[in-house]
Amino acid sequence: MSPASNLSLAHVAAALVLVAIAAAVSWWQRTGQAEDIGIAVLRSFLQLTAVGFVIRAIFESDSRAFVFVLLAAMVAFATWTARRRAAGVPEGLVPIALGLTVGASATIGLVVAVGIFDVEARALVPVGGMVIGNAMTATAVALNRLGDEMRRGALEVEAALALGATARQASAPLVRRSLGSGLIPLVDQTKTTGVVFFPGTMVGMLLAGAEPFDAVRLQLILLYVLLGAVAMSSLIAVSLAQRRFFTPAQQLRELPPV
Amino acid sequence: MPPLFTLEDVWLERDGVDVLRGATAEISDGATALLGPSGSGKSSLLRLLNRLAEPSRGRVLLRGEDVRSTDPIALRRRVALVPQLPAPLAETVAGDVAYGPRLLGREIDVGALLGQVSLDRSYADRPTARLSVGEQQRVMLARALALDPEVLLLDEPTSALDEAARDAVEATIVRLRDTLNVSLILVTHDAAQAGRLARNVLRMEDVAS
Repeated sequence: MSPASNLSLAHVAAALVLVAIAAAVSWWQRTGQAEDIGIAVLRSFLQLTAVGFVIRAIFESDSRAFVFVLLAAMVAFATWTARRRAAGVPEGLVPIALGLTVGASATIGLVVAVGIFDVEARALVPVGGMVIGNAMTATAVALNRLGDEMRRGALEVEAALALGATARQASAPLVRRSLGSGLIPLVDQTKTTGVVFFPGTMVGMLLAGAEPFDAVRLQLILLYVLLGAVAMSSLIAVSLAQRRFFTPAQQLRELPPV
Repeated sequence: MPPLFTLEDVWLERDGVDVLRGATAEISDGATALLGPSGSGKSSLLRLLNRLAEPSRGRVLLRGEDVRSTDPIALRRRVALVPQLPAPLAETVAGDVAYGPRLLGREIDVGALLGQVSLDRSYADRPTARLSVGEQQRVMLARALALDPEVLLLDEPTSALDEAARDAVEATIVRLRDTLNVSLILVTHDAAQAGRLARNVLRMEDVAS
């Protein structure tokens, strides 16, 4: 029997013991995290359970249209979430939506085209979810930083414009810092993988009884796909968002307060 | 020849407020001061001259031609702005001074430009942000001069300086005014400074109602 099968809700509840301790300590120390931790636990339970039903229904129907609709819904939800985080970017919806759509389609397209995965719900739904989720986080962080940078660095940007720099040249250092803040966590995670931490897929496969090198190969594929998707999405979103801070006459727009 | 700049009924809105209401003026070659209290719209007016901002109504003409008919990037190289507060764009003084020419792929003699603003060559490798504000402001002057502009726009260039540093920067501006073939347009709230640095003084109350 693999260790992953035969898990009951009681096992899940037991895994909550440590969270309960952390929440209790937070409540006792008045650090203000207890409520947030509680909401996170509740939401993750409800959302994953709901997704479990959806995935089972999709797996059973094995319909490609369903898979497509589910991935599109994920992109839409991720866009909406990232947009709220990136409130400092004027008209940020289109850059985020395009970044996430292109990043997700390109990577999913690649893994299907080279035959890593078949076009079936069992592969594409979890891979898509992972890719879109990570791309959403990185894009939101990068754009949130870009909004801050453009507000704090307005003097620097205008000084560069005043010396004949284009909008792109004037904002290049700010864009670099913003992209860095979005990508650094995943890049560092990829660099230290296997040394400092064991990524989730590998842990899951080993727990489910897989042969170690099968687990390693799948994990590497997922890491690379993830890195590609996240980098592509953030690059597209940040490049498109950058232009929205400027007028066609290379002037910094007046920015509304966030 | 048409005047250096002509303002024709220029209105400007910022954050929903009209900061200029029908500004009308001619600015001739040489050194001109725009004099007015803070909040009178003089810095905003300066930003219209190199098209960092756009008037909501009216026209700004450079030598009789609407500034909107020229490429804004080329315009800003002809009409270079020195900001009110130093805004370093590179690690070192040399990188800052060479910023504009490098955008065009040109190399320049940084030492000679530093000499024009009374800083010696040893400053070239120092980090701009670590200099005193007065020294930084002179680096900003050298950085604008590196573009070899026709006009230098100076936005309250000594407002952040103590008296000694102000005198040194003023002396540099006077020397540039008298030795270089460049027009200066200076924004200031200080009537005495306007008198020391400029030959023509335009009062904001006469320019815009």
